[in-house]
Amino acid sequence: MKSIKYLLVGLIFGLAITKGEAISWYRIQEMFRFESFHMFGIFMTAVPTGALGLFLIRRLKLKTIEGEIAIMPVKKYHHGVIIGSLIFGFGWALTGACPGPLYAQIGSGYSVVIVTLISAILGTWTFGRFQKYLAD
Amino acid sequence: MDFLFSPWPWYIAGPVIGLTVPLLLLLGNKNLGISSTLRQICAACVPGDIPLFNYDWKKDSWNLIFAVGLVLGGVLGGIVFANPAPVAISTNTMSYFNSLGLHDLSGLMPIELFNWPSLLSLKGFLMMIVGGFLVGFGTRYAGGCTSGHGILGLSALQWPSLIAIVCFFAGGVVCNHLILPLILAL
Repeated sequence: MKSIKYLLVGLIFGLAITKGEAISWYRIQEMFRFESFHMFGIFMTAVPTGALGLFLIRRLKLKTIEGEIAIMPVKKYHHGVIIGSLIFGFGWALTGACPGPLYAQIGSGYSVVIVTLISAILGTWTFGRFQKYLAD
Repeated sequence: MDFLFSPWPWYIAGPVIGLTVPLLLLLGNKNLGISSTLRQICAACVPGDIPLFNYDWKKDSWNLIFAVGLVLGGVLGGIVFANPAPVAISTNTMSYFNSLGLHDLSGLMPIELFNWPSLLSLKGFLMMIVGGFLVGFGTRYAGGCTSGHGILGLSALQWPSLIAIVCFFAGGVVCNHLILPLILAL
């Protein structure tokens, strides 16, 4: 039952990307054509909000509710950051979805996106299978 | 009660999305990241002898519960409180869609493209199956997606995440301008 909180945060996140239309195929195409501020506005407010939260946690030395020291995220560079990101960009423009929106699109009633999600899982699996042959 | 059904402007949706970063950290010392749920499902279902999928996935099962929340958020925002009006995209984008032969611009996605029968057409196969595959392959190769790199990574001032988001956009812009018109002409 301790994990119900993640369900709740997921629901809030899912609601925000759905009502904010970040899961809309139309909005994604519009973003890649730079024809509206909407999606950029979402990024430009989400990132500083997250950054402020992390800054306050660090500055005030806030502990988690379990009393642990919060582990700050680290993203390491490897060449996959460039190659993988370019590949993902193509997929994002085709499906109108990154992984989060895939789930929310299914919830919004676009049941066929289940197939897209299964295909994404297969893509991740294929990456794992051939990882040793790919440039790191 | 109209406000329940109207879409959220960017200055509401963005901060709510951003707030989940400190929230997940404080509630359970978790880092926001959604592409890792795809890896989780691989590890739970078909790990094989692949190193990427051989770890204690149950320890990270919180993100699968988070993913269920995402689906429920979609139900709430896209069905229960669905916006009855079409997405208010710019007129330029709308005429671009019309020039590609898309005319039904209702809902959140073009139902002319994203439906079950169209899976059997080359167009639908490329958009949904190949597109989905690229999302899963690319995000794992990149070590994160729009949430893990784009929101969390940038919030934590991780420079690889900035490279990632620039490349997400480079791929998307090229695909939107050069590939999408070819596919939709099929």
